[in-house]
Amino acid sequence: MAKVHAQEISPIAADSPAQGKRLVSTMHDFDIELQLLLQAIYQKYQHDFRDYSVASLRRRMTQARADFGCKTLSELQGIILYDNAAFARLLQYLTVQVSEMFRDPAYFKTLRERVVPLLQTYPSVKIWVAGCSSGEELWSLAIMLEEEGLAERAVLYATDVNPQALRVAAAGVYPLERLASFSKNYIAAGGKRSLSDYYHAAYGAATFSRHLKRHVVFADHSLATDSVFSEVHLVSCRNVLIYFNETLQNRATGLFTEALVRKGFLGLGSKESMRFSANAQAYDEFAAAARVYQKR
Amino acid sequence: MTHAPFPRADAQPHIAQEAEAGTRPVPDRLNAPDLPSLHSVLGTIDAMLIGASAGGVEALGRILPALPADFAPVVLVVLHLPADASSELAALFAPRCKLPVHELSDREPLLGGTVYFAPAGYHSLVNADRRCALSIDEAVHFSRPSIDVLFESAAWTYGPRLLAVLLTGASADGANGMSVVRAEGGHTWAQDPTEARASTMPLAAIARGAVEHVLRIDDIVGVLSLRPVSAHTASNTSSGSTPLSEASS
Repeated sequence: MAKVHAQEISPIAADSPAQGKRLVSTMHDFDIELQLLLQAIYQKYQHDFRDYSVASLRRRMTQARADFGCKTLSELQGIILYDNAAFARLLQYLTVQVSEMFRDPAYFKTLRERVVPLLQTYPSVKIWVAGCSSGEELWSLAIMLEEEGLAERAVLYATDVNPQALRVAAAGVYPLERLASFSKNYIAAGGKRSLSDYYHAAYGAATFSRHLKRHVVFADHSLATDSVFSEVHLVSCRNVLIYFNETLQNRATGLFTEALVRKGFLGLGSKESMRFSANAQAYDEFAAAARVYQKR
Repeated sequence: MTHAPFPRADAQPHIAQEAEAGTRPVPDRLNAPDLPSLHSVLGTIDAMLIGASAGGVEALGRILPALPADFAPVVLVVLHLPADASSELAALFAPRCKLPVHELSDREPLLGGTVYFAPAGYHSLVNADRRCALSIDEAVHFSRPSIDVLFESAAWTYGPRLLAVLLTGASADGANGMSVVRAEGGHTWAQDPTEARASTMPLAAIARGAVEHVLRIDDIVGVLSLRPVSAHTASNTSSGSTPLSEASS
């Protein structure tokens, strides 16, 4: 059911998402420019945002247009095409979403209490944090694995399309003022110690212990264009799919299905659901409220 | 922005009000609203948006139960909440409403005759395929969900087939959204600031010239409670008359 993703470069009209096609006659100039911009980015930089959710992109690109001092997206496109540094800057608008450590504590509590005991039965465990962005939830998982005695047997793959976000994730340095809410979440998620045991505070920043990431592999990976790289036991992909349209959501969940072992787990954001996915039938609800699914 | 004082006239809800916000004229409050003409708008829309903040639970508690069982448009509601509130709004309102009430999930198809609440901690948007898209982009006017974000995205999708209603609230969220709805040809109603628990939100939209009709909750309930009438007799009912009985289900 997953639509074939057009890899070859083709004219816009043939390439645009189905939803756009239907409304083409009443399309806003902004939407036309947006599609052209995304096509230009794809052809020039091989970053594929053409199947991102238009509604979210409009807001972000309106902001980018203003910050770049452009009147139109067409003007912005001219800049992006001829200036790699400008594209690197624009990438931050296209991809970065900021999460929190232990965002939705119930999710991490469910992983700790119901999923980890099952993962314990494997001799080694591979976990894929897909779209890890600036790493808050990755570090949360690493801390949880440490406390549950699973860290030594685990490998975490932390992937994102944004190299700058990956660098932030790997550094594990967060502004100190964010730590109060992180700590609150950590406790609510069933944390067994104090979050401050895991970081060093200095100069207004909290630097998380490098020890925690000894089993983390950071990698540039696109859910839009890359394929599966490993078999895994748990995929945690939270609040990433919400930025994709139907086609790309189905591609991404297809990759997860392919990567997961039988009876492996998929964790989504608290308002995301497999209900509307083409891959829904590949999963059972494992913990419905926490949005943890188990592959059949 | 400076706000001219709004006289309170609690005892006489339909008596003409002098309403001036800043330098812009406030539309419509000099005469009692023409409920049948407002009602006729409901037949031309695919979606009704409602935005509310401080005092919103009470206002929604009057409006949502007044939606008749045969109300055809989808109803999308943003009520500002603390980000960590596990929102129970759908469960709170469902027993009092004739329409089904749900909290939005990502990719949810937006079905007519259904009330959806924006979940706490996310922005809710409408995609071109008339499904919900959520985002965790930064808060707008310190709010996530933001009324502006929903209204703007819905305006792009529904164009003129849209009614946006902005109720009580203590922030300027929604004003820009109302402007966009109007710019795309949609309809915009705001709660009369003189009766709103917090007047900042409707005032901000009025000051931007984004509001077509300033209405009391009583007016809105009255409009929703009018029975659909055959097209040609719609304008006969006098606006002072008691609204006809609620829809039978």
